[in-house]
Amino acid sequence: MSATFVGMPAFPTAAREALGNAQQRRNLRHATHTIRDKRARVVAEVDDWEELRVAGAAIKDHVLTHLDTYLEQLEESLTRAGATVHWASDAAEANRIVVDLVRATGSQEVVKVKSMATQEIELNEALEAAGIDAWETDLAELIVQLGHDRPSHILVPAIHRNRAEIREIFLREMGAVGEPAPAGLTSEPRELAEAARTHLREKFLRAKVAISGANFAVAETGTLVVVESEGNGRMCLTLPETLISVVGIEKVLPTVADLEVMLQLLPRSSTGERMNPYTSMWTGVTPGDGPQDVHVVLLDNGRTSALADDLDRQALRCIRCSACLNVCPVYERVGGHAYGSVYPGPIGAVLNPLIRGTSSAVDKSLPYASSLCGACFDACPVRIQIPDLLVRLRTRVVDEKRGGLPSGEEIAMKGMAWVLGDADRLERAQKGSELGGRLLRRRTSLGRLPGPLSAWTDARDAPTPPEETFRTWWKRERG
Amino acid sequence: MRVALFATCFNDTMWPETPRAVVTILERLGCTVEFPLEQTCCGQMLTNTGYAREAVGLVERFADVFEPYDAVVAPSGSCVGSVRHQHAGVARDCGRPDLALRASAGAGKVHELSEFLVDVLGVTDVGAAFPHRVTYHPTCHSLRMLRVGDKPLQLLRAVRGIDLVELPGAEECCGFGGTFALKNADTSVAMGSDKAAHVRATGAEVLVAGDNSCLAHVGGLLDRQRAGVRVMHLAEVLASTEVDRAQSHEPGATGRGQR
Ligand code: SF4
Repeated sequence: MSATFVGMPAFPTAAREALGNAQQRRNLRHATHTIRDKRARVVAEVDDWEELRVAGAAIKDHVLTHLDTYLEQLEESLTRAGATVHWASDAAEANRIVVDLVRATGSQEVVKVKSMATQEIELNEALEAAGIDAWETDLAELIVQLGHDRPSHILVPAIHRNRAEIREIFLREMGAVGEPAPAGLTSEPRELAEAARTHLREKFLRAKVAISGANFAVAETGTLVVVESEGNGRMCLTLPETLISVVGIEKVLPTVADLEVMLQLLPRSSTGERMNPYTSMWTGVTPGDGPQDVHVVLLDNGRTSALADDLDRQALRCIRCSACLNVCPVYERVGGHAYGSVYPGPIGAVLNPLIRGTSSAVDKSLPYASSLCGACFDACPVRIQIPDLLVRLRTRVVDEKRGGLPSGEEIAMKGMAWVLGDADRLERAQKGSELGGRLLRRRTSLGRLPGPLSAWTDARDAPTPPEETFRTWWKRERG
Repeated sequence: MRVALFATCFNDTMWPETPRAVVTILERLGCTVEFPLEQTCCGQMLTNTGYAREAVGLVERFADVFEPYDAVVAPSGSCVGSVRHQHAGVARDCGRPDLALRASAGAGKVHELSEFLVDVLGVTDVGAAFPHRVTYHPTCHSLRMLRVGDKPLQLLRAVRGIDLVELPGAEECCGFGGTFALKNADTSVAMGSDKAAHVRATGAEVLVAGDNSCLAHVGGLLDRQRAGVRVMHLAEVLASTEVDRAQSHEPGATGRGQR
């Protein structure tokens, strides 16, 4: 499996392959249901959960409608606190900035805190091309990196793997890049964690440069916040001399007080915990304590294109908790890879087309990768109306295709709109279905049908039409 | 009370027994039911496939046809969901703020069947009898768009003779999703197979829901499996009475009721 998502096929094609992977289906079902249930339990404990969601959405909306102001304030605060701020309009620019910063330190390697923004810009690949080793230190990221795999979940990037697979990866790969796994390693979670800990400790103690993202960036103070579970982040954020953080511009919050809301919403939605084990906050440079060379790269990479529209803007409220993935019936069965992005699941189906555009096959197909069941909205701590955004993106995909040679779908939809545009036309069309109903009178349902209808009947029987529509009955009985 | 029935194009054409059942129930409860013949479709299929420009004409038609009525009832959670939750947005996105206002103003009086019975008429016992083992699937749009909650279950619990069993994983989507069932047929079937397995695990002979489209999907899977489970719209169960049973053979003994 390749480490990047370039050239991914459309969602249905990738999904078909993923659906056939029985081991992955089992792993995903188990993992998503476990987190889903945990989340439901800890959310139910909070009496004012709905108020918190509304507050979280309001804070984010306020920031997003005044983003320019808050970003300038954030830059000022960071600079005042001794950090250097860089602006990156796209992935290439962000990667260039980070590579140059690492080169300037003379270091050949960096340790990394799990970060979606750096995944998004494929920073590891850029560093590798520059001859710099990037070591992922989050356990699940480590599994993905060692397995030459791609992340399939925002929070648990190796959710598609089980313990036995992880043991194999550790035994096979760790030795090539550092401290090998102990020979007698079993698939006991404690042993696997210990092997990772030993492997990583060597890297933590040696590293001169760390790269992180941030969950939140407070404009008023210039404080960056990383929320994590394993303590690897804390190691990376405190031990090295240089700390470079790549932060999406939508991560800014006005004040420290806003963290009160966000830090209640995030852990419960994300890991299903009341509070996460490690919350690290740092404000620029503290002399004599922690990294003395602190950089923040503020990343746009398509975010501003979602900012213009009142409804699309909601997608930038996302705090990457992954609750929507865990409750999504499509994600549960297909997994993350078919979404062709580091952002899979419901939010990925919205965010990728919004920030990457709808030109590639996979991005055109993502808005349709949903049954619109609405479970994602109910779980989302910042109330993003994901189903509504998906429907609007579908309209965009269709509208962009208009004008050329019409597709079969366009002809069918236009024909349907014409028939339904007039009650007499509908009634004439219904005469045809009534005739079909009379011909098929003895059958209760239909088996395999040819042509496009086979998409329905390959696995499902099809209903037969009745001999009399409701309209005909009404006219006869009541008309 | 004068009530307009919005049959929905799908039910009108494919499942006439469902709107007929609505007429039966409402008249039994003393309502005068009208079926405005100019009605066609809410446009949901077009909207959800990305054809808002084609759907906006149907949004306007809906407003024209149903504006004169005080209450509109439809036996479909997802069509009512489209009217209440999508119509104004479709009009707005198509540059029709006038129509968006009309759609918003009219939305509140359009009810899904169980909402109308429980909230508007204040009835949970509609005088039905249905002595069968039944399980109920709450369809996503009635659950999460309309928030009908347990209203359908309140109605079912009051049915004489019914053996109502809980469906495991009831709130999970069945995988129909309109054109999703065709565009992402593999995923749709994977979801539906799990739903069908849950239905079979209950030992129910009848699967009931408030949307015939979802029932066609799960029912189609159950039929293909020759599972011996039939599907029925909530309205048809609520329309059944002891008199029906005495006069005819088993209601709904074949796949989709008596035709
Ligand atoms: S969209 Fe909402 S639920 Fe999904 S990851 Fe973002 S914040 Fe979490």
